[in-house]
Amino acid sequence: MPDTMPPADADQNGAYNYAYLDEQTKRMIRRAILKAVAVPGYQVPFGGREMPLPYGWGTGGIQVTAAIIGRDDTLKVIDQGADDTTNAVSIRRFFAKVAEVATTTHTAEATIIQTRHRVPETPLTDGQILVFQVPIPEPLRMLEPRETETRTLHALSEYGVMQVSLYESIARHGRIAKTYNYPVMVNGRYIMSPSPIPKFDNPKLDRSPALQLYGAGREKRIYAVPPHTQVKSLDFDDHPFEIETWSECCALCGSTESFLDEMIVDDAGKRLFVCSDTDYCESRR
Amino acid sequence: MTTSLLAPGLADPSHDAQRLFRDVLDAFSHPGRIVELRDAPAGPGTLSPAAVAFLLTLADRETPLWLEAGLDRQEVRDFLRFHAGAPIVYGREAATLAVIIAGGGDPFAGFPIGTDTYPDRAATLVIEVPSLEAGPLRTWRGPGIDGEVRVAIDGLGNGFWKAWAANHALFPCGVDLVFTSGSRLLALPRSVAVEI
Repeated sequence: MPDTMPPADADQNGAYNYAYLDEQTKRMIRRAILKAVAVPGYQVPFGGREMPLPYGWGTGGIQVTAAIIGRDDTLKVIDQGADDTTNAVSIRRFFAKVAEVATTTHTAEATIIQTRHRVPETPLTDGQILVFQVPIPEPLRMLEPRETETRTLHALSEYGVMQVSLYESIARHGRIAKTYNYPVMVNGRYIMSPSPIPKFDNPKLDRSPALQLYGAGREKRIYAVPPHTQVKSLDFDDHPFEIETWSECCALCGSTESFLDEMIVDDAGKRLFVCSDTDYCESRR
Repeated sequence: MTTSLLAPGLADPSHDAQRLFRDVLDAFSHPGRIVELRDAPAGPGTLSPAAVAFLLTLADRETPLWLEAGLDRQEVRDFLRFHAGAPIVYGREAATLAVIIAGGGDPFAGFPIGTDTYPDRAATLVIEVPSLEAGPLRTWRGPGIDGEVRVAIDGLGNGFWKAWAANHALFPCGVDLVFTSGSRLLALPRSVAVEI
């Protein structure tokens, strides 16, 4: 055995192209991304490829990341806010290997952040790109199963059915009971699914200085929110949009401003609240 | 075609295209922001390095390309066919990408603007201009812009900006523009309104 091993070099191992996808596919995705940025909130169909992990594990987000990532990037991957969960670890390793890219768990150091179901607590900055993994890109899908119909509704900006569903929620529960995947209006034109992030994160999407890209692998859709773009959570004048609040603080860092996960810690039902964003929590301890 | 006369393309196609795409994405995400395309290849004829870099990054056999008559020369066609594999088309309605020289009449007429149900099926036009900063100042507002931004592209008349207002009014349909000069570029997506 030699003392030193050459660094992993995806160009020279010959098995895969840089960043896994072939150049033709990357160009196709890149063109879709530019159209998505030009029409904020509109879902651009793209030729989604088979990826080396199953649908539902972030194939859409991975394809978007693979099309934009380069050797100068620093990648952070989170799953429900955590850097150390299975999905996050395997995607981070995947790109470290096929894209020879530096990785980090610190939000501020990352140039690309791929995320499943959270937006980091640390405010994002100009130049950062947030890539969302999206299971069901169509916000109207649960209300209208036909793709041809939802496409027409978007074309006509005919969103009454969504307002009715929110109204029915108020009639039944006294409030809008939706707590995640809470629909938003982008730039006053398209209703968009923000992916299953908690509604706590919705205000962070509004006029963010970072670019937001959304990739849905199974449904083969890409959409985007450019920086400084209005993202309004749907509501009514007499039932304004509100985010979750907790009476507890984080048991580890004491934060009262972050999104908290509830944990049951013993058989007696003792509960603990901790930050969902592990990087944010660790930086405060 | 004599390959010995062919201008070189991207030196390191995979990594150069990635880096150039990120610059283009930065431009699209921040309309009006001028991005410098480092190491943009010189390319053939009178095409600017920025236009060449944009085409080599995004054009391929799936993107029919339309060239303005002044640019439609044998060496340009050979270059783009060889390096990008893009089919050159002569009808505007068939184009997904196009290169235009600033100053002509009716710059957008005839290019695909997408449909209400598929607004993404619209053309992206590369417009070669003398300068991105030396022209009259105009105010841009829209997604990607924090409030407003003042942009001074040279070589475009009032007629051009009236045509743009009409294009913007088609939103979510409409064409998207990339202005190129030398090795620099800035983008104007259809979502952005320009004050005349």
